[in-house]
Amino acid sequence: MYRYDQYDHLIVRERIAQYRDQVQRRLNDELTEEEFLPLRLQNGLYMQRHAYMLRIAVPYGLLSTAQMRTFAHIARTYDRDYGHFTTRQNIQFNWIELERTPDILSDLAAVEMHAIQTSGNCIRNITTDEYAGVAADEIIDPRPYAEILRQWSTFHPEFIALPRKFKIAVNGAVEDRAAIAMHDIGLTAVRGADGEVGFKFMVGGGLGRTPILGSVINDFVPWQDLLTYTEAVMRVYNQFGRRDNKYKARIKILVKAVGAEEFARMVEAEFADLKGGPETLTREEVERVAVWFNPKPYATLAAIDPRAGHADDKAFANWLMRNVKPHKVPGYAAVVLSLKKTGVPPGDATSAQMDFVADLADRYSFGELRVTHEQNLVLADVEQSKLYELWTQAKAQGLATPNIGLLTDIIACPGGDYCALANAKSIPIAAAIAKRFDDLDYQHDIGEIELNISGCINACGHHHVGHIGVLGVDKDGSEWYQVSLGGAQGNQAAIGKIIGPSFSAPQMPEVVQRLLDVYVRERVEGERFVDVAQRLGIAPFKEHVYATPIVAQETAGEDHHA
Amino acid sequence: MLDTRKQIIKGRSVVDDDWSVLKLDEGQAPDTVAVPDGKVIVPVPVWLAQRDALAARAGQHGRIGIWFAPDELATAVQDDLGQFAVIAIDFPKFTDGRGYSIAFNLRRRLHYKGELRAIGDVLRDQLFQMQRCGFDAYATRPDRNIHDAVKGLSVFSETYQASVDQPQPLFRRQARGTEAEHTGSGA
Ligand code: HEM
Ligand code: SF4
Repeated sequence: MYRYDQYDHLIVRERIAQYRDQVQRRLNDELTEEEFLPLRLQNGLYMQRHAYMLRIAVPYGLLSTAQMRTFAHIARTYDRDYGHFTTRQNIQFNWIELERTPDILSDLAAVEMHAIQTSGNCIRNITTDEYAGVAADEIIDPRPYAEILRQWSTFHPEFIALPRKFKIAVNGAVEDRAAIAMHDIGLTAVRGADGEVGFKFMVGGGLGRTPILGSVINDFVPWQDLLTYTEAVMRVYNQFGRRDNKYKARIKILVKAVGAEEFARMVEAEFADLKGGPETLTREEVERVAVWFNPKPYATLAAIDPRAGHADDKAFANWLMRNVKPHKVPGYAAVVLSLKKTGVPPGDATSAQMDFVADLADRYSFGELRVTHEQNLVLADVEQSKLYELWTQAKAQGLATPNIGLLTDIIACPGGDYCALANAKSIPIAAAIAKRFDDLDYQHDIGEIELNISGCINACGHHHVGHIGVLGVDKDGSEWYQVSLGGAQGNQAAIGKIIGPSFSAPQMPEVVQRLLDVYVRERVEGERFVDVAQRLGIAPFKEHVYATPIVAQETAGEDHHA
Repeated sequence: MLDTRKQIIKGRSVVDDDWSVLKLDEGQAPDTVAVPDGKVIVPVPVWLAQRDALAARAGQHGRIGIWFAPDELATAVQDDLGQFAVIAIDFPKFTDGRGYSIAFNLRRRLHYKGELRAIGDVLRDQLFQMQRCGFDAYATRPDRNIHDAVKGLSVFSETYQASVDQPQPLFRRQARGTEAEHTGSGA
């Protein structure tokens, strides 16, 4: 993975000094809270329901074991012994004291990490495919470009007070695993006629109050122009994005208002001045960064059947089927460690688990880990012959639930348990659904399904693109849940449709059951839930769900870590 | 309303300043408002409405300035840039970053070479990025210590990306680390 050179170290060190001074000035009342707010936000520090929350950047989701162990250390030393991996491939700590944040940043800097631009109205952490570099359908490894964009956007002086937050995702494969259509800029690597790399620019996607899928504004921007073209997009947005209403301030609203064609024209006008300028990327620079992502020292292995010798072990077979992904190098596999054990908030990991997965990564995966936007962890380079051993160990720590891509692999935002903006809780809903459908045979029968929960319209839990989306809403001061169907991420990205009036928390597991009943009744061979939902539309689901009153069955809504 | 300030930061020093900034009060119109004598920084619409009279005055005394509101584009006065002794950009709220793009375009696209001053809600923690975008003068908020604010100009000694202050990005300026220099395993 990318290693800091002297300049990266210097910039992060100077940042800590700057931030330490800002905190001190706040504590001395030389800065008002209003003035301090954007400063702390640009450093990932939010005030939450109970305490400060610190969001740490995990650039494109890639971590070394030293970095993971530092998270464990932060959890133990400064927090309540756990952290929360997010849909943006970052990690959050929920119980942080302001006074101690500069020390946390120093600890992070020692392992080449920071919290720069993990929040605030600036360019945020850049995300990508969790299988980058190992996926067989990859056109290019997107990570060097993500790293180049990371550096370019770090403290970009012109784009530090944008109308709204700004998110960029890069996908290097045929299949989109980076959810590019719901990003402010979604980049796809493509190869031109001469084999040269370029990027398809999709702009103006986003979820939140007004979910919109991005529009392609340029099919092929040569790699040399990556930064200058992005700069042109940013300058148009900075000048023309709305600032009168924060709900209309995202670039998606601007692109929609002027139309993708006109927006592309505006970008071209800015780009004309920048093209060929000093920010044009050089081959040397791309290669300098790419060196760090070069293929690992893979052994020459024959592909094997990992089940050999364990044919009777159904649990292992289930895990192989769900949690083990193909690898482009023969004899290797990528393993997803599930952070979705029933009873645990999606994405949460204890310090012991973090230390443990670091050990696993050292033993089995060249000392590297990845965070997925579904809030799981990945060991990307595991020898197939070691899978059984790895599984046995992961299972003992509760990290081998064979549910990746299944019903209980729920994405959920922190919701009302932590978040000051929430209308309703998310975690207990996820817990109640996971508990109801804990039966793995049933889950395997239902097959691939994405259930996403957000505690409010901000959509941090990606509910709009869930095959089943659950949105917490407030009705007369109590918590209700609105359900949508047919959303999808990836190449066939779609925004789900709301099926009707909302439900109370205790009704939710039964609502999901009824949706599944319709699916089981209507599916034809090989059809996934989302295929049926898109083929039939919401009508049959709606009819069945609302046909008879739903009796509340589970008690949800207890505070988790509060 | 005429805003007169005693001191500003110019370059990296605190200096006395005798410019004043004209802001239109409610009911005042750009074409009829009286521009007082002396060194005055007028709003872009006033310049556009009273261009001939103001240009004559600039020609005689070399002292007229204009200021941009955040929703105005650098190109609004692109043919007149040579006439101003100072151009200011207003930051009505420090969270409004449009002024950075105006500054960038004035400097890099339109090659404005004179004084570029930040006015309005200008605080110490913005000065570094302002300087990078081409500002060289700062009328910091009068309720804050201006000598403290100067420290905001020297926060970072290196930056990754190009901007006005440094037209070459780091990767073109410096030989940066490659694998050979590292002894670590790369993990
Ligand atoms: C902890 C407190 C959090 C706060 C206060 C917060 C706040 C927000 C807000 C206000 C938005 C809407 C932005 C807009 O539409 O302009 C948003 C969107 C989003 N947030 Fe969060 N968030 C929080 C946590 C999280 C977490 C934990 C995740 C990941 C699990 C997350 C990921 C996202 C995503 C993916 C979006 C949707 C982006 C889009 O609209 O394209 N956020 N958040
Ligand atoms: S969706 Fe709403 S409740 Fe959930 S984390 Fe985001 S802002 Fe908070």
